[in-house]
Amino acid sequence: MQVPILKQGGVLIATIQAALSDADLLELRTALVQQVVRYRSSGVIVDVTAMDVMDSFASRTLLEISHMIRLRGAPTVIVGIQPEVAFAMVQLGLTLEDIPTALDLEEGLAYLKQKARSIN
Amino acid sequence: MAADTQILIASDKDVVTARQQGRAVALQTGFSVSEATLIATAISELARNIVSYANQGRVTLKPLHGPNGASGLTIVASDSGPGIADVTLALRDGYSSSGGLGLGLPGVRRLMDEFDIVSSAGSGTTVTITKWLP
Repeated sequence: MQVPILKQGGVLIATIQAALSDADLLELRTALVQQVVRYRSSGVIVDVTAMDVMDSFASRTLLEISHMIRLRGAPTVIVGIQPEVAFAMVQLGLTLEDIPTALDLEEGLAYLKQKARSIN
Repeated sequence: MAADTQILIASDKDVVTARQQGRAVALQTGFSVSEATLIATAISELARNIVSYANQGRVTLKPLHGPNGASGLTIVASDSGPGIADVTLALRDGYSSSGGLGLGLPGVRRLMDEFDIVSSAGSGTTVTITKWLP
């Protein structure tokens, strides 16, 4: 299950559309980092609305994606974590640390726009 | 009484199958979407441990209907892999032998009502977890 990555202006949007295996998650990580470099992206949004479960592997991979892309100078925002998924994550002890999160795609884009404005 | 479901675990794709089936059975048993997500998350962690440490094993879903009217779901994750040398250490938050977040087993214990682990070096691991309907 490949995750489509859309380029909108300087932002890359990866929309997870179904349950992902560990291999799919690692593929997404590679693809996102490559495309951030190729397009000199200023920000990344990962939409996890369709994710059924966010376990320790998925959380760790999202953290890695965010850290790698931050080293390129671009922020990553995770959007669309479902309430029941958030509930399970907190019980499991997963916080996604310092990755910014937003309610949905629109809020995520607004966050990145604001962030870019505060830099310029 | 619903029959048990057994899922063979041998790859990361089976981890996804196991948690999806676990969610479906949990919903059939009467759990809410939120509780079914907790159960699916716990299954995902246990099934991944099987793939990571033992290469293969099985996850069994056992819907429970107790004599006193209590319903629940027991999940047994078992393998005949290398086993865990120090179970107490493996249950400690933040401890990981695989470079992971170290939240797998202790996290699963927090998600469920009952948690039991039988393992010793060389003889495989069986984790049995149960969630009761509130």
